[in-house]
Amino acid sequence: MMNVDEVATMVEVEEEPAKRKKIVPGKTVNSSKWRAIWEKIIEIFFFLCASTAVISVIVITIYIFAQGTPAILKIGPLKFVLGKLWRPEAEIFGVLPMIIGSIYATLGAIIIGVPIGIFTAIFLSELAPGWLIKIVRPAVELLAGIPSVIYGFFGLVIIVPLIEDKLNVSAGNSLLAASIILGIMILPTVVSISEAAIRAVPQSYKEGSLAMGASHIQTIFKVILPAARSGILAAVVLGIGRAVGETMAVILVAGNAPMMPKALTGPIRTLTANIAIEMGYAYGLHREALFGSGVILFIFIMMLNIILNVSTYKAGE
Amino acid sequence: MKRVKWIGLFLVLMMVATAFVGCAQTPSKEEAPKTEIPQAGDQGTDTQKEDKLEGKVEIIGSTSVHPLAQDLADAFANVEPGIKVDIQAVGSTAGVVAAHEGTANIGMASRNLKPGEKEWGLTEHVIAKDGIAVVVHPDNKIDDLSKEDISKIFKGEIKNWKDVGGVDKEIIVISREAGSGTRGAFEDIMDLEVKKDGKKMSALKEDALIANGSGAVKADVLKKEHAIGYVSLGYLDDSIKGVKVDGVEPTVENVKAGKFPIARPFLMLTKGELTPQAKAYMDFVMSADGQNIVSEKFISVK
Repeated sequence: MMNVDEVATMVEVEEEPAKRKKIVPGKTVNSSKWRAIWEKIIEIFFFLCASTAVISVIVITIYIFAQGTPAILKIGPLKFVLGKLWRPEAEIFGVLPMIIGSIYATLGAIIIGVPIGIFTAIFLSELAPGWLIKIVRPAVELLAGIPSVIYGFFGLVIIVPLIEDKLNVSAGNSLLAASIILGIMILPTVVSISEAAIRAVPQSYKEGSLAMGASHIQTIFKVILPAARSGILAAVVLGIGRAVGETMAVILVAGNAPMMPKALTGPIRTLTANIAIEMGYAYGLHREALFGSGVILFIFIMMLNIILNVSTYKAGE
Repeated sequence: MKRVKWIGLFLVLMMVATAFVGCAQTPSKEEAPKTEIPQAGDQGTDTQKEDKLEGKVEIIGSTSVHPLAQDLADAFANVEPGIKVDIQAVGSTAGVVAAHEGTANIGMASRNLKPGEKEWGLTEHVIAKDGIAVVVHPDNKIDDLSKEDISKIFKGEIKNWKDVGGVDKEIIVISREAGSGTRGAFEDIMDLEVKKDGKKMSALKEDALIANGSGAVKADVLKKEHAIGYVSLGYLDDSIKGVKVDGVEPTVENVKAGKFPIARPFLMLTKGELTPQAKAYMDFVMSADGQNIVSEKFISVK
């Protein structure tokens, strides 16, 4: 339904920032010398602010690797990464149980959180009436603002006993409890980014599909979702990032036994929990080995970011 | 031209960043003098005012000793109001290391020193004794366990309450994180250790839940009817049930009399010459007044 005029205005809107860019720093504005200097100072100040993030990333990366790699080398990289036993008191450091624990908990969070998140996003962007959007969206946004320790506490007093009751297991502190909590925690990320992606799909796609006789739901699944897939993928990967990095909530509900996960209702310990639980007490090689866990975690997150960049780039083509 | 300038600026920032990293890599060396510099200044003021000391005492260590050290510090404030006692509860092992490395004036530990730590030449002051109570849910009908059965439960050899005379329910074992003084002392006393490659390794059952602190153990036991855990005697109250061990109730009197089998010392550790402020605090802790405070919740040594 877009007419030529509308398209024209859109094009103009897009071009405008480019034009503005040319005007602002240029000398076309008649200005005093002081004004130019002042502009420069502000510019440098902004640049410094922008550098903070870059510097932080560099410093943290170097620090973690400098602290963690010696221990990994001392223990032996293969022994460290593939070792199934974590017994700091006997200087046995194998982080495989924690790596698997982190992967399982994250997978669980995806299985629970991603479908709910994407369907919520579809509902918000395509189906919900205005008044309902006004309730659902703030609720989801509020979810993002709840501190993780509160999630953990909620899990401990509600979800853990619920698992004990309904599934008849002795201790509900488990992989399942951690997955449920993490699944809820990644919802805001998945919902808000997916919704933005779905809303960014040009209206003409939808109109074309409807005009061809497809139903609304068919249009959503066959046209809109595929068109928004790069954004939705980004939402999922960012959700994974949140789940992998979550610490406090997991500590409270996961049971934290440093063992290979055996059952959905058995305890797990994640990489982040491992660091947080033991850092206060650790010294010597134990402490370094915890930094080593940090290195593994860091590599995880970096891989995720690379996947995110590559996949969104590819999907965007 | 402009681009070159930006790149130059960026490189300078990178250099600054690497300079920071250089500092960060030697934290222990950086920290040590930090605590000593203010003390040097304080000593100067001491000579001017001879009757009352001023300054700061830094104490780091066991979470179990922390409440006691704080109570003692509060009373100490009446005796020496000029001295600020700064206590951090981070864990026994960290306390021992802090005393050794000099990052604190006094380290606190709630367990005996390990053979490796003995070699550091620390002075051990036993300031109190503490029992470790084995705790269960108040609704649990078990009220007496033998030391051997407790050991077997924590090793995972006994898995069901019915094997020790209780209901037919799986036992949920709750332990503490590696490095905790309470866990170290408990495993040491209860023989929960196995040798592996010449090193002592915890024999705790693999799928025991790990609670992050004595309070968390208590909360877990309160929530789970079939759980068993252990906490310092100071944490024992009416909300949870401390079982008798070999027929002996976990009470202050029984620990003092040497009857209760799971007991440990509370240590304050110092190295070499003490600052006048730290010495004043230590003297107060070991004095009759200090030991009276100890005996309110724990077991005094005098």
